[in-house]
Amino acid sequence: MENNVDIIKQQLLELYKELSHSENSLPTFVNKERELAIEKFIDLGFPSTDLEYWKGTNLQKLLNSQYTFSQKLNVDKDIDVSTIFHCEIHNFETLFFANYNGHNLYETKPLTTLENGVIVGSIREAMIKYPELLEKYWNKNNVSGYNGLTALNAAVANDGLFIYVPENVRLETPMQLVNLISHPQELFVQTRNMIILEKNSYLTFLQCDDSLEDNGSFKNSVSEFYIAEGAELDHYKLQNKDLSSVMVNTSFFNVESKGVLNSNIITFNTGSIRNEFVVNLNGKEAFADLSGLYLIDKTQHIDNQIFIRHNAPECFSRQTFKGILDEKADSVFTGHIYVAEGAVKTEAFQTNRNILLTDTASVTSKPFLEIYNDDVRCSHGSTTGQLDKDAMFYLQQRGICEKNANLLMMYAFVDEVVRKIKVEKLMTRTENMVHRRLKGELSSCDQCILHCDTDHIDPYKIDATLL
Amino acid sequence: MLSIKNLKASINGKQILKGFNLDVKPGEIHAIMGPNGTGKSTLALVLAGREIFEVDEGEVIYKGKDLLKLSIEDRAREGLFVGFQYPVEIPGVSMVNFMKTAMNEVRKYKGLPDLSSADFLKLMREKQELVGLSASLTSRSVNEGFSGGEKKRNEIFQMAMLEPDMAVLDETDSGLDIDALRVVANGVNTLKTPDNATIVITHYQRLLDYIIPDFVHIMYDGRIVKSGDKTLAIELEEKGYNWINEIN
Repeated sequence: MENNVDIIKQQLLELYKELSHSENSLPTFVNKERELAIEKFIDLGFPSTDLEYWKGTNLQKLLNSQYTFSQKLNVDKDIDVSTIFHCEIHNFETLFFANYNGHNLYETKPLTTLENGVIVGSIREAMIKYPELLEKYWNKNNVSGYNGLTALNAAVANDGLFIYVPENVRLETPMQLVNLISHPQELFVQTRNMIILEKNSYLTFLQCDDSLEDNGSFKNSVSEFYIAEGAELDHYKLQNKDLSSVMVNTSFFNVESKGVLNSNIITFNTGSIRNEFVVNLNGKEAFADLSGLYLIDKTQHIDNQIFIRHNAPECFSRQTFKGILDEKADSVFTGHIYVAEGAVKTEAFQTNRNILLTDTASVTSKPFLEIYNDDVRCSHGSTTGQLDKDAMFYLQQRGICEKNANLLMMYAFVDEVVRKIKVEKLMTRTENMVHRRLKGELSSCDQCILHCDTDHIDPYKIDATLL
Repeated sequence: MLSIKNLKASINGKQILKGFNLDVKPGEIHAIMGPNGTGKSTLALVLAGREIFEVDEGEVIYKGKDLLKLSIEDRAREGLFVGFQYPVEIPGVSMVNFMKTAMNEVRKYKGLPDLSSADFLKLMREKQELVGLSASLTSRSVNEGFSGGEKKRNEIFQMAMLEPDMAVLDETDSGLDIDALRVVANGVNTLKTPDNATIVITHYQRLLDYIIPDFVHIMYDGRIVKSGDKTLAIELEEKGYNWINEIN
């Protein structure tokens, strides 16, 4: 008997055939990549746990439903976002984009060019309108050959967000992409995003993954980021998904000389998430500061795979990943640092700290250092434990009850990652969400960072009466 | 106020307190002196309710209540304060958050309303001044990166904020230079009222030049072997701890 994964694979190949008949409008380089990619996918299939880097996430088990493919849905693209997603933007302005069930939503036009030359909108439209611009970047990350899932994405993803920031343009208003999934059937969604920052430009990009219901879904997304010389990207990713959702994000970051990448990924709720970050530091003095926080319980699973490649001299990278796990949650962390032969004066640091609140939660943490020259400062550390009992006692001796002492300690634990958010309003709001999550008040139904109530922000962070 | 009778307590099967007796009345200052390893710190931790110690025998009546039956936090809310010998560092928990949470929980227990933010900050400034802690304290995490002296001042600062009925100060003088010692002692003396009591645990007589005790007890091998007034501390300082072995 064929297993479910083979059936899904077969359905996807049929989907590819159907799509390729209707893709005449796309430029040759895209179609060429799709052909290559589908061959790769046929060859590789879905990654299995036989692969070293996939030991922690079993797709064979997670791909256990009858899926509806988002490409086949007819989504009204001029739908008013506010009718499906109550986004109350107050005090925090973003350029807002939504992807709903794999389809970009736009009210007037799919692709916009702002006054300062910034291009933003549908990547599909960008392929048609700016083929020469996209072609320059298209195959740089080998999306079609990186693994079975990225190959699949390259072959059949129908849309996603494209952002182009021209040289010397510093966008002060953050851009926000909200990915929403809401459908009566289990959806299989694939999106592809590309963000290009030209020399000395600056962008804050906030990517949110939210579920509106808990009908389950499988999402396979690929994002590519190009950070040119002297450019700076502040990247935030907030994930609040339902327990039956499965999501694999593969993000490629390419940072050139003196380019700066700050990335902060916070997971509040999920079913199963795998975040795979591939960071290439390609030019002298490139900088990457990656941090992550996951607060998971029930049977939630998170797998953070970080690959940092120091390809040039004098680059800096830091990974700070922290997690609090309750009940039967489990997390996997792999921090792979590669330092090339010529990458002298490399500085690379990595920490992964976990707090297990129960005996049934589990953590797998693997540092992996691959260093090919002597002139390197490298460190890694991993700890997994319970809340510090001495500190708990100290707090209780001052009259604080066990529950609140626990909360104070957990707030303290997550603080380091939350404080890395540079946009103050976003930081306050995220902190509020983190605190609510730790108090058990935030579910995956709280749809959006912009949705959370900030009318009353206590200046002391904790109002004991609310605890 | 506090009555400890025949208290015996162990850790990992080893008995440390071996029949400890002490009576403390409101308004009194008691000093407990003794060589290292006689159980002085254990006494403080057992009174506070540290779980790693097991009480084998005896009773502790505090303000008419069976202290040993109360949770750690309820002992604190009832006004028992322990100033620790080695205050723990808690990175990420700000002093403001910590103190505000503590004070409001204690107030709630006593049926009092929360302090307003303005009143709280005012009080904090006032008490900081008392122990000579700089203003920047408020933005720092609990004891994180504090010098030895700052940590001890911070203990007295917290005591000043919480205004306990019964304070047990464990080696609050250790590691302090003479100026810091004066500040800490001044804090303790200022907080003294006819209604509260203090137990000062110390290794040296030095602190007792600044905090004048009503009673001095010498502790040895888990119990009090000799009690007297403040002159006992001076006698002990002159004769040294070997003297205890002789009288024992």
